[in-house]
Amino acid sequence: MTNFAPVSGLVGGALVGLSAVILMLTIGRIAGVSGIVLNAMTSSDAAGRSWRLAFVLGLPLGALLVTAVGLKDWSSISFPATMPTTVIAGFIVGVGSTFGLGCTSGHGICGLARFSMRSVAATVTFIATAAATVFVIRHMI
Amino acid sequence: MPLIFSILAGVIFGAGLTLSDMVNPARVLNFLDVAGSWDPTLIFVMAGGLAVTTLGYRLVFRRGSPVFGDKFNLQTQRQIDLPLVGGAALFGVGWGLAGICPGPALADLATLEPKVLLFVAAMLVGMIVASAWRDRMWTATEVNSDL
Repeated sequence: MTNFAPVSGLVGGALVGLSAVILMLTIGRIAGVSGIVLNAMTSSDAAGRSWRLAFVLGLPLGALLVTAVGLKDWSSISFPATMPTTVIAGFIVGVGSTFGLGCTSGHGICGLARFSMRSVAATVTFIATAAATVFVIRHMI
Repeated sequence: MPLIFSILAGVIFGAGLTLSDMVNPARVLNFLDVAGSWDPTLIFVMAGGLAVTTLGYRLVFRRGSPVFGDKFNLQTQRQIDLPLVGGAALFGVGWGLAGICPGPALADLATLEPKVLLFVAAMLVGMIVASAWRDRMWTATEVNSDL
């Protein structure tokens, strides 16, 4: 059970948005995590890899920062899926976000914010299949 | 200089995911469980993110170019095609299986939880396999974007 938390949700979401705006303003890039991770590994030029690696490194640092100032207690986090399911899920997320050219951040935030119809289609699709997957696991199996 | 802004953007992004508890797979799964223990928090996270990004992008795009660079790198493709919808559908299945998507997975590395390490490793393998496969299928297509 998790308690509905609209205020921290709004504030946290606004920070994600601020990050996306900073990245576009400074270097003209979309804050889409899946593409950033893939291109951090595969980009042919060093500059293309370095800004992406810097961004990726920042993600856990941001998480640690929130913990350090006492706004987060890691013990409240739980990973309900089993180990094998988690591995399968990771692989599928990697394949799906690569073919779909984006994930929750790239399509769900950056793409929707610039009214991209491709991102609308992708976001509606992945929320629908994710909800269907949870329905099957929690209510049918 | 631009690298400082990349890491800053990453830190703020990770902090936002943590503060909003999107780093907690249990909360994400409860959002997706519409027929059960539904938790609408994620809607507020998206609302906060979209409000700032929609407005912020509008202001940023008034400039002709980013501060450090000559152009904004945006997806130019408009067509809603099979790779987009099929990939998104697959992505959703993986997201629903564990309640973890790429941003929170990387932020959660801070916990050193074995499940997160395995999720990220499997995700990287999936990305590399899929991109090699995609490049073979569409050698002529320009694949741009960090979408």
